[in-house]
Amino acid sequence: MSASLPIAMPGCADAPVLRERGQREVFCGLTGIVWLHRKIQDAFFLVVGSRTCAHLLQSAAGVMIFAEPRFGTAIIEERDLAGMADCNEELDRVVDRLLDRRPEIKLLFLVGSCPSEVIKLDLSRAAQRLSVKHASRTAILNYSGSGIETTFTEGEDACLAALVPDLAATEAANLMIVGALPDIVEDQFRRLFAELGIAHVDCLPARRAGAMPAVGPNTRYLLAQPFLGETARALEDRGATRIDALFPFGAEGTTEWLHAAAMAVGIDEMHFRRVVAGPRERAKRALEPMRERLAGKSIFFLPDSQLEVPLARFLATELGMLPVEVGTPYLHRRHLARELALLPAGTVISEGQDVDRQLDRVRAARPDLTVCGLGLANPLEGEGLATKWAIELVFSPIHGFEQAGDLAELFARPLRRRDVLRL
Amino acid sequence: MQLAVWTYEGPPHVGAMRVATAMEGVHYVLHAPQGDTYADLLFTMIERRAKRPPVTYTTFQARDLGKDTAHLFQTAAREAYARFQPQAMLVGASCTAELIQDDPAGLAEAMRLPCPVIALELPSYQRRESWGASETFYQLVRALADRDARPAPREGRRPRANLLGPTALGFRHRDDVIEVTRLLETMGIDVALVVPLGASPADLAAIGTADFNICLYPETADTACRWLERTFGQKTVRTVPIGHGATMDFVAEVAAAAGLADIPALPHSNLPWWSKSVDSTYLTAKRVFVFGDATHAIAAARVARDELGFEVVGLGCYNREFARDLREAAKLYGVEPLVTDDYLAVEQAIQAAQPELVLGTQMERHIAKRLRIPCAVISSPVHVQDFPARYSPQMGFEGANVLFDTWVHPLVMGLEEHLLTMFRDDFEFSDAHGASHLGHAHLGHAAPTTASVEVPEAEGWTPEAERELLKIPFFVRGKARRNTEAFAAGRGIASITLDTLYEAKAHYAR
Repeated sequence: MSASLPIAMPGCADAPVLRERGQREVFCGLTGIVWLHRKIQDAFFLVVGSRTCAHLLQSAAGVMIFAEPRFGTAIIEERDLAGMADCNEELDRVVDRLLDRRPEIKLLFLVGSCPSEVIKLDLSRAAQRLSVKHASRTAILNYSGSGIETTFTEGEDACLAALVPDLAATEAANLMIVGALPDIVEDQFRRLFAELGIAHVDCLPARRAGAMPAVGPNTRYLLAQPFLGETARALEDRGATRIDALFPFGAEGTTEWLHAAAMAVGIDEMHFRRVVAGPRERAKRALEPMRERLAGKSIFFLPDSQLEVPLARFLATELGMLPVEVGTPYLHRRHLARELALLPAGTVISEGQDVDRQLDRVRAARPDLTVCGLGLANPLEGEGLATKWAIELVFSPIHGFEQAGDLAELFARPLRRRDVLRL
Repeated sequence: MQLAVWTYEGPPHVGAMRVATAMEGVHYVLHAPQGDTYADLLFTMIERRAKRPPVTYTTFQARDLGKDTAHLFQTAAREAYARFQPQAMLVGASCTAELIQDDPAGLAEAMRLPCPVIALELPSYQRRESWGASETFYQLVRALADRDARPAPREGRRPRANLLGPTALGFRHRDDVIEVTRLLETMGIDVALVVPLGASPADLAAIGTADFNICLYPETADTACRWLERTFGQKTVRTVPIGHGATMDFVAEVAAAAGLADIPALPHSNLPWWSKSVDSTYLTAKRVFVFGDATHAIAAARVARDELGFEVVGLGCYNREFARDLREAAKLYGVEPLVTDDYLAVEQAIQAAQPELVLGTQMERHIAKRLRIPCAVISSPVHVQDFPARYSPQMGFEGANVLFDTWVHPLVMGLEEHLLTMFRDDFEFSDAHGASHLGHAHLGHAAPTTASVEVPEAEGWTPEAERELLKIPFFVRGKARRNTEAFAAGRGIASITLDTLYEAKAHYAR
């Protein structure tokens, strides 16, 4: 089915990458907690950090913060900095109290932050120590979501990678989808796989701590998200094999993603075409009106989530948009090789950021649409540039056939709004 | 370590950002790890600013740790100066940079940048946002004020005052400044300088040329005001003009500071008449719980009791720097002061006090929603809807009008909801019948109403008394139950009957 994709041009597979260092206007990995805690329903995320970390989560989580969320911050205070032993005791006290108050928690993540990393508070030892203490009830893991180590969605990568060593071992030839997807999208994929004849599909992460998938030498896994480098490595350490595919954005991306999985487990090609034809056509129909709005429009991605490359591919190949520059906080070449090959030749691929220089390039290019964070969106609108704020692309269901139209609509809406306003 | 889900205040460097963002021609170079730029979106989203905050972050990463970070800081500072050409620069560290022990002050000094550089020491593990704002403001004033500046001779000119304290992300600061400026104009007084909001370092140099200072927001301006008193001998007007009475007091204090012989006719506030009109009679002795920053909470308590006739049943603040003022105010109302930044403690206090109205921050709004108590917002922290497009001051006479409408509105809504609930079972209002103005389509069994009826779980209530309790309006039901149970307990009554309920009602009658 990949034959139906635009003929592979040289694209950007071997294009030079503009690597920049300087001020980065990005979130840290702690932000991943905001969607991860919704996905794993009996997990609690305890950040060990400063007031800044708590303030960040509060700002990012918005009104979620009022719904008894399953995350919190153990704020390091002056006296904790005086001596390290004290810090560990304090952490134990906080965890004990937390688990007392929230007995339904089956999985507790101690999440490292910049302050905890800089003072070298050993959270992995703390997690082991506390795991023993609470062994009967709650598993305790740790990962770092600090800004010095992780950018935005890399927090999910670090979290999932921390789950992998504890997954049960299996010899079974199972298929695993890796990456937290909204429940509705996950269910759609499960239905499609069932129709293809793959009755059982595992998801990492599972919705409950007790239901995490098993992994082994016969496991084949399919990345649903492009930011899962560490998790992929951890799965490969357990013997699992990655199925190389485009990411499931748009009609073609989703087709190719499913196709790669179907071929890997030996599904008949004709059967695959029959099963996928309907939803694929539906997705294309949903994209048609969007193509009219978006074709020929230039788009500039500032780095945010690592979703930039596959989204630019989708917008270019399926909607006819013209990517000017595609910025990503981190470029995982191997996982993105097929995506890069499909980007129009001449697209600037940039990794990292010097935000003021990059904004100079935005201003010089005056793209029709700029994808950026909320710290930059209104200022750019203030300069007369249309923007699409990037965080929504992480929080909204955008994967798969049924969401293809919605995904395109996210980019079309800011442009339509500029047309409808008479101001 | 302290377990926190919600924090009333951000870290102190966010306070410094509020000052830098409020001003023109100031740039803040913040030594901070990647990710700390999240704070930008508070300004661009909540306050909807169309410009980036004037802050450059060094955004160091793990690979930079070691001596590289100091170099990174200097590069960032140099490039920020070259690009933005500020009149003055602030340099400082966020919580993580505080731990890695680079010294922004020393590093910046060694660079000899061609503008004043003010180093900020903001202890992130002890202090918070408003302290950070206050300290930054104070350091700016100290560094930039021309110490030889003095007011021109008074003959033949109008008195001049500085308005001190309004910042970016301040609750209604934009409109308070406009309202107070208008009021002063009516009194024949000129505003010399508003700082930090809208001021540049060059403006700040002339701060000493005003006759006196008006401390609009003590949380930000108090420290600077004290220094200005010492350095320039400028008097400070400390009455915060929130509410009708406070505005009158403010006018008197300003007149005295300005040496005005008499006060001209002032624009009037609608609050006194609105509050005296018979429509407001039902407001009498409504039990109100007040929480916020100390300044707004103290001001709100006075308006609540003296101008709306409420009974203040709780008063608290989250900023311990002003705990003493809050405690003194609490004495006026005979309530226990509540100084805490733990929202669970606030929730507990609200539950215990059973108020009929909560005046608080965004968090109290959510607590009140959960407890189904009417609520209005009087203080930061607030969400985007409390940075309104319309003119909406809290201060001065128009501010008093805004307060009246804002606080009474949820109560009127509460009464409406009560009436609808009360008549819910009547034929016309029955859920099963749908709304009559939508034609005669029969809806059949509509979804059960979300206004669930709470059934008392306390033991000792006879079914008859329980049913009677449910007939009491929901917004006083909690109080009635508590009073009745206290009454019964005090008299050793094991079974609460209809009589007990009404005995208690008579006992507690006001």
